[in-house]
Amino acid sequence: MIVTLTKDEMMVIKEQDVVPFRNRVKEYAVKIRMGLVNQTKLITAASELVRNMLNYANGGKILIEIVSRGRDNGIRLTFSDKGPGIKDIPLAMKDGYSTGKSLGLGLPGAKRLSNEFNIQSEAGKGTIVTIIKWSNG
Amino acid sequence: MEKIPILKMGQFLLVTIQVDLYDRLALNLEADLIHMVDKTGAKGVLIDISAVNIVDSFMGRILGNIANMSRILDAQTVVVGMQPAVAITLVELGLPLRGVITALNVEKGMSLLQSMTSNNNGEEEETSEDDSNAN
Amino acid sequence: MPIDVAKILHRKKKQILEDWITGQLTNDGLKEELIGNGEQRTQSEELLNALLVKLSSENGRSENTDFDPMMEILEDISIMRAKKGYSPRETGVFVFSLKEALLKTLNEEIKNDPQTLYEESLRISSLLDNLVIGTFETFIKGREEVILRQTDEITEISTPVIRVWEGILALPIIGTLDSSRTQVVMENLLSQIVETGSSIAILDISGVPAVDSLVAQHLIKTVSATRLMGAECIISGIRPEIAQTVVHLGIDLSGIVTKSSLASALSYAFSSLRLEVRKINKEARI
Repeated sequence: MIVTLTKDEMMVIKEQDVVPFRNRVKEYAVKIRMGLVNQTKLITAASELVRNMLNYANGGKILIEIVSRGRDNGIRLTFSDKGPGIKDIPLAMKDGYSTGKSLGLGLPGAKRLSNEFNIQSEAGKGTIVTIIKWSNG
Repeated sequence: MEKIPILKMGQFLLVTIQVDLYDRLALNLEADLIHMVDKTGAKGVLIDISAVNIVDSFMGRILGNIANMSRILDAQTVVVGMQPAVAITLVELGLPLRGVITALNVEKGMSLLQSMTSNNNGEEEETSEDDSNAN
Repeated sequence: MPIDVAKILHRKKKQILEDWITGQLTNDGLKEELIGNGEQRTQSEELLNALLVKLSSENGRSENTDFDPMMEILEDISIMRAKKGYSPRETGVFVFSLKEALLKTLNEEIKNDPQTLYEESLRISSLLDNLVIGTFETFIKGREEVILRQTDEITEISTPVIRVWEGILALPIIGTLDSSRTQVVMENLLSQIVETGSSIAILDISGVPAVDSLVAQHLIKTVSATRLMGAECIISGIRPEIAQTVVHLGIDLSGIVTKSSLASALSYAFSSLRLEVRKINKEARI
């Protein structure tokens, strides 16, 4: 059972919002004493997902939470946008698949870097991606 | 608007990235660098990322672009100083970084560039005849 | 005619404290601490004060013990005792003797109203029982942290990085290689590469019992990460059974230099660095 300890929210609508967002994620990761490699993985995954949001959906909202399950503390990030949505999720999760000019690593890469990954999307309605990185993950 | 400084060191160009690259800054860097390569006739480009904490696929693409563009202008690119946490993350991320050569630090990167670009120097390598081999 | 229990207890605070300390003295472990330093007495006073504040401010129901000042004081005591290796019994007795002291006072003061005496006794009882459960939980948490830390240390010890030669590192990997261990190995190796400026790392897996596709993946990741740092990786210590398994599983190790023994890996490393090992001629040169 996952318990939320803190909640924070940020909007990212232009590229200049990316760096402050990454720094905020780092702050929280440091707060729960996450090791450097896990921090790097978390922030890199967050960077991938936030760029996706900017490139495909003109930005969106990100919920940053410190969560805990049993003895573990972790960071949960929820990226919500009102963009065009993803029609074929399994296809989008394949390495190298991209509808833009990116490398197509964003979604599958973010999944590999996180401990838990969840994506919900409906064409025309938007997309919600949730990832969790445990401190000792 | 910030610009990332490009230093000329002999036949090579050195770029030290110390800030988070966002889109416009990155594109400017690509353009500036390629112009410099052309203008100076540089044979090699050294990109120092020892101060970069996060390399995502966007940054990876920029590095790959720089390597490819430079190669077209007959210059080699070496990326140096990758942080261990970044290397581990990149492998997990699955970033191929094709065409990007890496070295541990600026010093090694320089000697690598020198050996790559000066093989027409005429220096003969000594071949020693061994009387015994340790095996 | 509601009896204000909180007021009564407040009035008799000194008595309660004395009764409580007396109760603590009956337990050897607590007695030792009491005599040893004044801290336990101070903590007892603090705890009693916190309890009285709590009782007078609200209903005294303590379901949420998260940011409870009483719980904090008890947690400190609990953790300290856990670290010193004491059993949780003492902390439990610590709180139970407080309960006894409180109930004794209540009994003395509420003489004519058995119903209220019963209700209030029950309320105090359940409040303090909950606290005791909390202290046991904290104790367990403290011990588990010790275990976790030891596990980390074991992981550290079992992945040493050896500077074999200038520019050459060797890692004997002993035990199974799972994903968390791989991350530790990679971190150690890469930071050593940075520190020593090495260009070759030899991963010796003779101590790894089994290599399946997952383990092979971890090895390949380690090699890739090392390459990103501008160094090269050689895998040595490959037993014949492992070679068989690798081929049968269709694992592709073609991009990696593999050697059966550490010695041959070292020899390869030397020649990569244009180094040579020669036998010195015994005959004296004239």
